[in-house]
Amino acid sequence: MSYPLDPALFSDDMKLDPTRAGFGRGLKAAGEANEAIVALCADLTESTQMHLFRDAFPKRFVEVGIAEQNLVTVASGMARAGKIPFTSSYAAFSPGRNWEQIRTTVTLNNQPVKIVGSHAGIYTGKDGATHQMLEDIALMRVLPRMVVVAPGDAIEAEKATMAIAENGQPSYIRLAREKTPVFSMQESPFEIGKAYILKDGTDVSLMGTGTMTYQLLLAAKILAENGINAEVVHVPTIKPLDEETILASAKRTGRVITAEEAQIAGGFGSAIAELLSEKLPMPVKRFGVQDRFGESGDPKEIFQSMGLTGEQIAESVQVWCGETHQYHQ
Amino acid sequence: MESRLTVPQIQQKANDIREDIITMLEKAGSGHSAGPLGMADIFAALYFNILNLRPSEPEWADRDIFFLSNGHAVPVQYAAMAEAGFFPKDELLTLRAFGSRLQGHPEREKLPGLENTSGPLGSGLSQAAGYAYTMQYIDDIKHRFVYVMMGDGELNEGNIWEAAMFAGKYKLSQLIGFIDRNNIQIDGNTEDVMPLEDLKGKWESFGWHVLEIDGHNIESIIDATSQARAITNRPTVIIAHTIPGKGVDFMEYDYKWHGMPPNSEQAKVALEKLRTLDGKITHEGAGV
Repeated sequence: MSYPLDPALFSDDMKLDPTRAGFGRGLKAAGEANEAIVALCADLTESTQMHLFRDAFPKRFVEVGIAEQNLVTVASGMARAGKIPFTSSYAAFSPGRNWEQIRTTVTLNNQPVKIVGSHAGIYTGKDGATHQMLEDIALMRVLPRMVVVAPGDAIEAEKATMAIAENGQPSYIRLAREKTPVFSMQESPFEIGKAYILKDGTDVSLMGTGTMTYQLLLAAKILAENGINAEVVHVPTIKPLDEETILASAKRTGRVITAEEAQIAGGFGSAIAELLSEKLPMPVKRFGVQDRFGESGDPKEIFQSMGLTGEQIAESVQVWCGETHQYHQ
Repeated sequence: MESRLTVPQIQQKANDIREDIITMLEKAGSGHSAGPLGMADIFAALYFNILNLRPSEPEWADRDIFFLSNGHAVPVQYAAMAEAGFFPKDELLTLRAFGSRLQGHPEREKLPGLENTSGPLGSGLSQAAGYAYTMQYIDDIKHRFVYVMMGDGELNEGNIWEAAMFAGKYKLSQLIGFIDRNNIQIDGNTEDVMPLEDLKGKWESFGWHVLEIDGHNIESIIDATSQARAITNRPTVIIAHTIPGKGVDFMEYDYKWHGMPPNSEQAKVALEKLRTLDGKITHEGAGV
């Protein structure tokens, strides 16, 4: 049961597409399948790719203006009226600005409002630190009842959007602005709460969420050339975690790397470290943003400044594996 | 309600609600006194005349919707709901107790009949607007109305004005807001803490129809909502002037009672006052 990867991956023909575009297509498809779905946006309709839904279902689209607190609280009221609202803005503003409203009127109130945070992570690039939302995973993951999904590429973002449309729960989906490599295929599996082994390995588990999984696939390729057989685990659902798949991989390899384009404090790596420290303690190294803010620049430059490119991760993992024993029970 | 009470009957209910509030707060040992007492007449009018509800069927599809935005005032809503038959009156004594359905601030899923979860201020108007938008623009429902109660202090919150702008833009005519204009908030009088006036002018400039009433006059409360329902091109807000602590003289007008319950001695005196007031209402018809 191997995970089908796009054959063009790493070639000159590698497909590039932003995850937000996948979201836009997924929301339109979800809207076609279910009339209860409505969409609300805070003056960023094309940026967040909600215009596809707006143009197809104008009656079910609500413009709320630049008012993110109102965005989610209006959505909460629409959910009470039986709708399944998707709310979109930049992640820095939603959930960045309106966290309390999400906590009280969505999660505690238990309404199936979907928070769509576009332009998350350092792929936001040139807009600079204000707009590079790095704390959203931590903010959303601490909320009871909240499902947290960071799709790995545009194809998966489309599937994830359609899946959260029907999960009946408060949900957060994290999207990137820039085009990122497409590694999955239409026939690749996606289910909320599932992690996937993209490449088998025995020496170390590289666990990634969102667009960082591509960097880990690249790192694994480089590590293989240097004699390290890394397993790559793609974890698009950060909450609930697929404990079974994660623990099984960790058990096989005895060493775990995590990667995210977000603060490592409270984020995806923290979630993995929490799981392993309780159920299978072993060496863990977390790649991500190390308690700092981003800055303006080409995403590639920012990734490099933070040591988060596949090449840099491979180099660092090579050293780490040299000095860190595999843990075996 | 399916059977609407008359004005004198509603006045009697308001007094019963005040007695319930004193009794439940004294038992709970914490909670807000002044606001709930001040809103008792409005809640009596809502639950015994204005709202189309079925207490035995809280999720009745054809009901009117009531959102409480200032969640700390929920004792008055619990009391009104119990008096209306949503749950047994005995349960009022469990307010704020561990395991109770009557949480210190209302939690929708705990108690059938609540439409939202609130406490952190400023978010109720948006939720009401979202519901009203859905009825007006998506589901084409014209015969139901969405009511929301706001405190005046919570109008300090930006979220309220985002919602006011939203409801004004979309002319949400099935949305009817109440503002409990009692002039107090925790740190003092509203005009000292953060002035709200010209309050009427503010709402009008956001595209709302504004009514100002005596929030203790049952007839005015009912009339204002009738007028609001008849206005079909704008949302309406009813600024209801109330006396915080109304009915218990040593609490009236005093912001210190905003977040304080009566102790047992104070509760005894308060209940005595309310029973005296009860007599007055019965004999003098309270000006109706």
